[in-house]
Amino acid sequence: MGAILVALTSAAWPAIRQFGLAFFVTSTWDPVALKFGALPFIYGTLVSSALALALAVPLGLGVAIFLSEMVPDWLRAPIRFLVELLAAIPSVVYGLWGIFVLVPWVRTALGPFLKAHLGFLPLFTGPPIGIGMLTAGLILAIMIIPFIVAVGTEVMRAVPNTQREAAIALGATRWETTRTAILPYARSGIIGAIFLALARALGETMAVTMVIGNVPQIKASLLAPAHTIPAVIANEFTEATTDLYLAALLYAGLVLFVVTLVVNILARLLVTRVARGVEAIRE
Amino acid sequence: MRNMRKAWISLVLVALAVPLLVGSISTSHAQAPVTLNGAGATFPYPLYSKWSQVYAAEKGVRINYQSIGSGGGIRQFIAKTVDFGASDGPMTDEQIRQAGGRVLHIPMVAGAVVPVYNIPGVGPGLNFTGDVLADIFLGKITKWNDPRLAKLNPNVKLPSADIVVVHRSDGSGTTAIWANYLSKVSAEWKSKVGEGTSVNWPTGLGGKGNEGVAGLVRQTPNSLGYVELAYAVTNKMTFGKVRNKAGQFIQASLSTTTRAMEGALKAIPEDYRIFITDPEGRDVYPIAGFTWILIYGEQPDPVKGKALVEFLWWATHDGQKYAPPLLYAPLSKGLVQRIEKTLKTVTSRGEPLLP
Repeated sequence: MGAILVALTSAAWPAIRQFGLAFFVTSTWDPVALKFGALPFIYGTLVSSALALALAVPLGLGVAIFLSEMVPDWLRAPIRFLVELLAAIPSVVYGLWGIFVLVPWVRTALGPFLKAHLGFLPLFTGPPIGIGMLTAGLILAIMIIPFIVAVGTEVMRAVPNTQREAAIALGATRWETTRTAILPYARSGIIGAIFLALARALGETMAVTMVIGNVPQIKASLLAPAHTIPAVIANEFTEATTDLYLAALLYAGLVLFVVTLVVNILARLLVTRVARGVEAIRE
Repeated sequence: MRNMRKAWISLVLVALAVPLLVGSISTSHAQAPVTLNGAGATFPYPLYSKWSQVYAAEKGVRINYQSIGSGGGIRQFIAKTVDFGASDGPMTDEQIRQAGGRVLHIPMVAGAVVPVYNIPGVGPGLNFTGDVLADIFLGKITKWNDPRLAKLNPNVKLPSADIVVVHRSDGSGTTAIWANYLSKVSAEWKSKVGEGTSVNWPTGLGGKGNEGVAGLVRQTPNSLGYVELAYAVTNKMTFGKVRNKAGQFIQASLSTTTRAMEGALKAIPEDYRIFITDPEGRDVYPIAGFTWILIYGEQPDPVKGKALVEFLWWATHDGQKYAPPLLYAPLSKGLVQRIEKTLKTVTSRGEPLLP
């Protein structure tokens, strides 16, 4: 970890010296004039991942609860297998599927629908071209759901049966049992699953770059194209011909590194906090 | 048991002897085989790997080429970790200064860049001019039925739809050629955007690679993008004609590209660092560029140096016949004659490497 940080920082040094902290708050990305600011990339990375989490967490947890608490035993293994298979698909395949299936669907169905019904929100304005932040969020959501399901199911299955039996003995329905006995007990594990999924979403490159439109801009509309840090690095690294340009890309990589680090530290803190809460419940 | 043991021993002896034998055969067969290492542009990779295969069979010299991108090729060339670099964009003066010593850009083949579009109900061969393309990519012309486009295409019914502009999101020689052309034909483009392997696009969507741009154009109705001619042809995309300096609307092809080289011959400088954009001449397609191999004019190793210039001589002569099947435009005759002179200037320890 430390070695990576040192290597990245030294390689990015020309850009750090040139742009300093302004790199975080300016939005010009002009390789011709050698002016670089990473704000649109940071914004795109955070928003697309947040969008993915907003979609994937309810769905993923729902599936996990279903798999852990409700499904008959003979059906559990095949469903889990299918969901976990989703995690094994290479991201470039997700990207291709995104271009050929998801993008046309967003352009012709979802985009116009959102515009017609929620068009008064700034979130859904502008022409629905199918490429953009929303599509990136959708594809990321599909990619991270297996993580939430797999880890979520596992931690819920790990809840001792005595917990369930106790709740049922008190006359709780199945949903009440899940809500009052299972979820609080499994909370730290679930949060861990969510942050694992978030880390995956933050760093995802191929699938995102294929559907997000790769335009470094900050638009309120989710239908507009955007850009992310991993995508810009993957896109521009091979042909970054000047030293400062290359350094700026590495600086962006450093920013991503720091962002994921912060996210992970937050997750750690949250998990230990929650774990303390669980201890209290257990006692 | 004894027999078993004997069998084992003989087996081991044979196993030891085989590599020795093979080793002695191969060393006695040829004098130390030369391997030339190169790295750089991805665009000419299919051609270079074909050359490498043919040349190894004909001359016994191995060409090991890694397509890591022009930027990486230039960096490795400057760091002298490869025998030759390859790039779709010329090195800057600053980079040549960093490299130290005499740097030669040797053109290998050329590629044309074409405007591809997807307008429902409109076929191939739409007419464009440089300033109209520049204004579309500047975001000043936004509708397909803009009067300026309509005037160029009086017989085509263009829709009143928004033009969805698509460009490359990754740095690329294709973008360098395209932006160089737009800078030549539009003063506004030159001052606002400029040229380079990636630029700060005023409008449009970015697709990764030729395939990314092609995918977006195919998927998005009323879109306009630019890709390599070879890519547009093999993927059967609809692309437009572009007006050249002589005022003709020209469909890009290998012959109109090679003719553009001949048209641009006088304008091509001694170091070949130029794009073949907006050249003089009739029947020339105006948007094209070379892909170069980068070598040092003074080679450190006479044996490798000789092998390298001999390979480049072969590539620019006999090797050219492999270019058209792979949809690269071969070098024009006049240009090859100039390259011959350049290759004869390559030296090692002060001695010229070619007679």
